[in-house]
Amino acid sequence: MATQINKPLEKTPISKKLLNKDTITVFIVVAFYAVYSTLIYTNTAGRQMLNMAITISCYILMAVSLNLVVGFLGELSLGHAAFMSVGAYSGSMLSVALLQSTAMPLYIRLPLAMIFGGLVATIFGIIIGIPVLRLNGDYLAIVTLAFGEIVKNVIINLDFTGGAIGYDTKAIYSTPKALLPYAAAAVIISVLLIINLAKSKHGRAITAVRDNKIAASATGINITYYKLMVFAFSAFIAGVAGVLWGHSLSIIKAAKFDFNMSIEILVIVVLGGMGSIRGSVIAAILLKVLPEALRAVDDYRMLIYSLLLILMMLFNSAPQFAKLREKLNIKNTLVYFKNRKEKKGGNVE
Amino acid sequence: MSNFNKNYPKTKMIVPPSNTLIPERDADKLPVLDVRNLGIDFGGLKAVDNFTLTIGKTEIAGLIGPNGAGKTTVFNLLTNVYKPTRGAILLDGEPTAGKEPYEINKMGIARTFQNIRLFNEMTVIDNVKVGLGGSVKENLFDALFHTPRYRKNEKMLNEKAYELLGIFGMEDIAKLKAGNLPYGAQRRLEILRALATKPKILLLDEPAAGMNPSETAELMENIRRIRDTFNIAIMLIEHDMNLVMGICEGIAVLNFGQIIAKGTPDDIKNNETVIEAYLGRKENKKNA
Repeated sequence: MATQINKPLEKTPISKKLLNKDTITVFIVVAFYAVYSTLIYTNTAGRQMLNMAITISCYILMAVSLNLVVGFLGELSLGHAAFMSVGAYSGSMLSVALLQSTAMPLYIRLPLAMIFGGLVATIFGIIIGIPVLRLNGDYLAIVTLAFGEIVKNVIINLDFTGGAIGYDTKAIYSTPKALLPYAAAAVIISVLLIINLAKSKHGRAITAVRDNKIAASATGINITYYKLMVFAFSAFIAGVAGVLWGHSLSIIKAAKFDFNMSIEILVIVVLGGMGSIRGSVIAAILLKVLPEALRAVDDYRMLIYSLLLILMMLFNSAPQFAKLREKLNIKNTLVYFKNRKEKKGGNVE
Repeated sequence: MSNFNKNYPKTKMIVPPSNTLIPERDADKLPVLDVRNLGIDFGGLKAVDNFTLTIGKTEIAGLIGPNGAGKTTVFNLLTNVYKPTRGAILLDGEPTAGKEPYEINKMGIARTFQNIRLFNEMTVIDNVKVGLGGSVKENLFDALFHTPRYRKNEKMLNEKAYELLGIFGMEDIAKLKAGNLPYGAQRRLEILRALATKPKILLLDEPAAGMNPSETAELMENIRRIRDTFNIAIMLIEHDMNLVMGICEGIAVLNFGQIIAKGTPDDIKNNETVIEAYLGRKENKKNA
């Protein structure tokens, strides 16, 4: 009985490597940065586009890292911006200290700060992870939401973080032109690492936990370990994004990393499709570019977000849409055309 | 249905020191599972009580009983999904008390579920590879950077996974989503995923549920084949008496959480208490 099922796509092998979904993802990211940096370094880009370069990169990093938690692990986290703020503060502080003590150039200072900010965020990810990861679903969402707000308020009330006025980063401020290569490198490396992780034993275990916790633990998977690992790894990337963000501004304010930002990132992940890295990248770019392009309707942005979310949910789960998507699938379309060509050729003979 | 058993000689069962039946061929080896006075209470209800059972190294054992007797609860106790209130479980001589379910799996108990629990969004082969995951050493660094060790592991995992899929002839559907498989194939895949974790004993919770007679016959052959190839013990819960009586060497009958009978299929078939538990008392029939 089992042998009767045949994969329809296997009959027409199209160059597999070229259509591999991971290759396409990496290609999209690299192409995006190639085009963007060409425009910027040849001075064809406007000032607006120049200023957005780092913001877009940060949001891509945030979206792909949150996708690890929401899409791959299947847990709803509503406090992702907190990891970014921790990274932004710790990384920027290290960068300021290094600059003042040794006058270290950007190309050493920034990578060091990124790693440091990422590690501090990882520690926070683990600290929040240990008590929280015994929770599931709604409870986890509520606690991560609270965690995000707590981090924000603690930073506002501490002295060495500059309090509510914000942390002065004028000393380490760098122009988007100077930061773009680092941003591109961070995004491309993160995307590659996540793709690699997803294809490994660990990635499969993470997806198994998402699909069925009871079966996963019966199959020898330590659920707590993998949950913690995903939280820590995702916090690391968010921390790196924070450091980048900190270097692109002259002042960082904790109030920016609030619930709205976490939700904005979640919207990107859901729009791009949970578990799809490529989707997250594209959605991050679109959602950052569109508001700039549609400045006139900026007031309605949140309204449009919620409408888009509802539409996306329908698009993802309604059976009619699923059929439509199958039809519009690039691979299937190519197979279809190839089959038709072969059929035509056969008829002529 | 009785002709399934034709080529297989009846196992001679003996009584080991702990006073339960195991096949004679396993007598000189440590029993794979030695359960003593196991019990769990849900509030005031003794869901399982005084459950004592020994399973030989290569035995195919059956656990039967009317609906609600506590059969699946026993499986959940054996895999520590529920923590036992009383009693001890020895797996190959080692106590399993206090272990997490995933540790129990690593110790050598694998199981399937009554309501199929596959990783639906993953491909068939990935489901098997999740089970195989415990057999390779690979740290996060290998996974993130796809080191030579990762590539070596992945190659080996693929080979092993296809080998396992070959048992049920499922190689050509390896790349399909597990959730899209027909019911019978899902059941087979679940057994393969459990086998992939290299268990010493395989617990099957109603493997023949929803199968037609010819599929059941095929399943019986396969269960036997799995036992013979992997040399492991298999314990199954099943309502299909043809299957249970056809392949099980030792059978335990559970009713209201208590074992009411233990023995070979022939013993059980003729056991008054068992017939009573399933069909009711004879006197009632006379009175009616």
